[in-house]
Amino acid sequence: MKHEHAKSVTQNACKLCNPLGACLAFRGIEQCVPFLHGSQGCATYIRRYLISHYKEPIDIASSNFNEETAVFGGSHNLKVGLKNVSQQYKPQVIGIATTCLSETIGDDVPRILREYQKEFKNGTPMPLLIHASTPSYQGSHIDGFHAAVHAAIKTLATKGQKQEQINLFPNMVSPADLRHLKEIFADFEIPLMMLPDYSQTMDGGPWAEYHRIPPGGTPATAIADSANSRASIEFGSTIEANKSAAHYLDVMFGIPAYRMALPIGIKASDRFFSLLETLSEKGRPEKYDDERRRLVDAYADGHKYVFEKKVILYGEEDLVVAITAFLREIGMIPVLCASGGKSGMLKERIAEIVPDMEELGIKVRDGVDFVDIEDEAKVLHPDLLMGNSKGFTMSRKNEIPLLRLGFPIHDRFGGQRMHHLGYRGTLELFDRIVNMIIETRQNASPIGYTYM
Amino acid sequence: MDSIGILEARQKQVIEKKAGESQPEIACDTTSLSGSVSQRACVFCGSRVVLYPVADAIHLVHGPIGCAAYTWDIRGAVSSGPELHRLSFSTDLHEMEVIYGGEKKLYSSLKELIAQYQPKAAFIYSTCIVGLIGDDIDAVCKKVEKETGIPVLPVHSEGFKGTKKDGYKAACFSLMKLIGTGSTEGISKYSINILGEFNLAGEAWMIRQYYENMGVEVVATLTGDGRIDAIRRAHGASLNVVQCSGSMTWLAKEMEAKYGIPFIRVSYFGIEDMSKSLYDVARHFEDRPEIMEATKKIVSDEVTKLYPSLQKFKKALQGKKAAIYVGGAFKTFSLIKALRSIGMSVVLAGSQTGNKDDYNRLKEMCDEGTIIVDDSNPVELSKFILEKEADLLIGGVKERPIAFKLGVAFCDHNHERKIPLAGFEGMYNFALEVYQSVMSPVWQFAPRKGGAL
Repeated sequence: MKHEHAKSVTQNACKLCNPLGACLAFRGIEQCVPFLHGSQGCATYIRRYLISHYKEPIDIASSNFNEETAVFGGSHNLKVGLKNVSQQYKPQVIGIATTCLSETIGDDVPRILREYQKEFKNGTPMPLLIHASTPSYQGSHIDGFHAAVHAAIKTLATKGQKQEQINLFPNMVSPADLRHLKEIFADFEIPLMMLPDYSQTMDGGPWAEYHRIPPGGTPATAIADSANSRASIEFGSTIEANKSAAHYLDVMFGIPAYRMALPIGIKASDRFFSLLETLSEKGRPEKYDDERRRLVDAYADGHKYVFEKKVILYGEEDLVVAITAFLREIGMIPVLCASGGKSGMLKERIAEIVPDMEELGIKVRDGVDFVDIEDEAKVLHPDLLMGNSKGFTMSRKNEIPLLRLGFPIHDRFGGQRMHHLGYRGTLELFDRIVNMIIETRQNASPIGYTYM
Repeated sequence: MDSIGILEARQKQVIEKKAGESQPEIACDTTSLSGSVSQRACVFCGSRVVLYPVADAIHLVHGPIGCAAYTWDIRGAVSSGPELHRLSFSTDLHEMEVIYGGEKKLYSSLKELIAQYQPKAAFIYSTCIVGLIGDDIDAVCKKVEKETGIPVLPVHSEGFKGTKKDGYKAACFSLMKLIGTGSTEGISKYSINILGEFNLAGEAWMIRQYYENMGVEVVATLTGDGRIDAIRRAHGASLNVVQCSGSMTWLAKEMEAKYGIPFIRVSYFGIEDMSKSLYDVARHFEDRPEIMEATKKIVSDEVTKLYPSLQKFKKALQGKKAAIYVGGAFKTFSLIKALRSIGMSVVLAGSQTGNKDDYNRLKEMCDEGTIIVDDSNPVELSKFILEKEADLLIGGVKERPIAFKLGVAFCDHNHERKIPLAGFEGMYNFALEVYQSVMSPVWQFAPRKGGAL
């Protein structure tokens, strides 16, 4: 069955809906409860989906629409919901994201929130309310993620005393990556405002008692101070200016914005570290020279296993761009760079990194589903698939090994603790790639080599 | 930390069983309170879980991508043949369709899928947004049905139009349209349909085997390992045997009214209820005593085999306390009995969708001091788990991290499990799983057991 022609149906989607990304981002704000304005199912399904990856409780409130709400508007339900969440969770922040339902009936959420703040003025301490517009019929989960970050900045950033800190908008990366980034900034002795920071809330320790909201996350006060930072760094290659928090701070408060690809691979990590050197006016700590040296050494040790191996790569567009750059510096060929997202920028960004993409036979497709990718796989015969665990179905059917990375990883343990960024994350990825190729060869060999 | 209270509007949905005094009835059967972080899903979820295991039909979700993406291959419902149910199909509605209508996209999506997969039928689920933009999905279904010659069934499961239970009903409504359209020729007088058994980890196969070994014909399983042709002739059975009563009682009642087929309610969890569900069917066919004889032998063989193997678990688990929070209340009855049979007591019993009768029965069954709760949430569940010092929580994916965070053992008794827990064999698996989690040495490091924070 050919799928190259225009088709209507999406089969085995390679994306999730807008509100999921918003909930995850809100989870990276300290003492914040994510709140979905829509049907009960949205919150429950998204919780279930996130839990299966992060293995952490994630409470998402819902305004729980019923038929009356859909007809007469969601104002009443939203206010009752906010009140109940405030009472039960005592949050400092509530992150409200809309859904297809509330967007379609045209609820004026900012107005409802203003009314709510007025009506309950003298009640319990009023949490800060952040509203992100995330209709599920637009974009995908990554858009919701950026929308929530953008909304938090837009709502909270306040002009004040200049600060030494730097803002970092890390994109949708793993809790382990977030911890690594914090470590890098600490080693450079650069004060950091990172948003979101779910390194602890989505990968934390045990509890002696029930925490209504798990500890961790970026404090609202720090987010407010983002307007006074020395600079902003934003990871991402396909974030439009009007959706970029760094761009917003640049325009509104004159905070210089450094927007760059996710630092995966040596070249991209070099760019990130040299930016930190410039901003901190000091050399990188020896530790990172060591990490870089070990990575270069590993590249040499492993290069023959990976050279000219063909990869089908899929996931969020920013991740695909960054991994493509990494694969090219180790000699692998991403014969298909695919995404369920559709910013319209994917092909251009990849062409910038891989000017000879046509010669190499690199194909770029956005807005695809897993059946499209599988159809391509049947023609391209890749050695490896790379992406989230939802590619397992096609991996199994077509007997192509799958290297799991990104989100979600629902069929393996520890996805939340996987590194992707910096020299360290790159080395971890490189080790896993080489091992997967070795393992495939070893298993396929009738001899049973014990040295590979 | 200050103590955790129950939201005022939810207080009537929580009771603690006390001896002697007459207690107010628990409030239930209501929509979830806004902002309460209910563990329930929506109408769509109810329909999707019921129809999901029908393996030779396509299941097309009409709406934006989320509803289909989050339910892709979500259940452990296995098939002995086709596996169309494990694919995720969506019309993936975008802004333009929201404005101008999604009927065209629905029509072409259906035609593409039917051409590609040659299914026996198609189920079309409407989601929230379809209920708003007013797509006439019935008309599209009718048109495609005419053009393709297979049943194309709309499922009116708009997320906001009620609770999960309304979704069950919408699904059963579609099934009712199929039932009665096949030939009943050759169906034995001693025949049943198995309703509300979803073949998680192959459970329906085990149950079916018991009945067949008794000499009873199984016409259709709804919907575990489900097949359209079998569902079409389900009206030829003499008896409906209904498990998961929340989802399928409506269908059983409709079939009774329309085809005069009586039904009984059963449960396949635990030795006691499993045995009873076989005996009750045998009693129904009392004019053929061979069935009862065979049943006695099956039960006796199975129990003889099973009983000694449970003793190790019982010895270890004696006196441990369990909390149960599952989708349907009927399952909690069986779980309480099953837990007692391995020496455990129940300190919390709750469900997402129980009704008044269910909760009254629960109250009768439970020990004094047991918390009974309807449509609970993580905060309440945690509060009671800690207060009642539970050693085990039984629930689904969303309950699991609550248990593990608090250093409490967990048994997954929901749709995602990969190990059969029904039947005699399932009781062994259940006891083993509970044992493996409760007795694990890892809990010594949990703060509530004295581990360092």
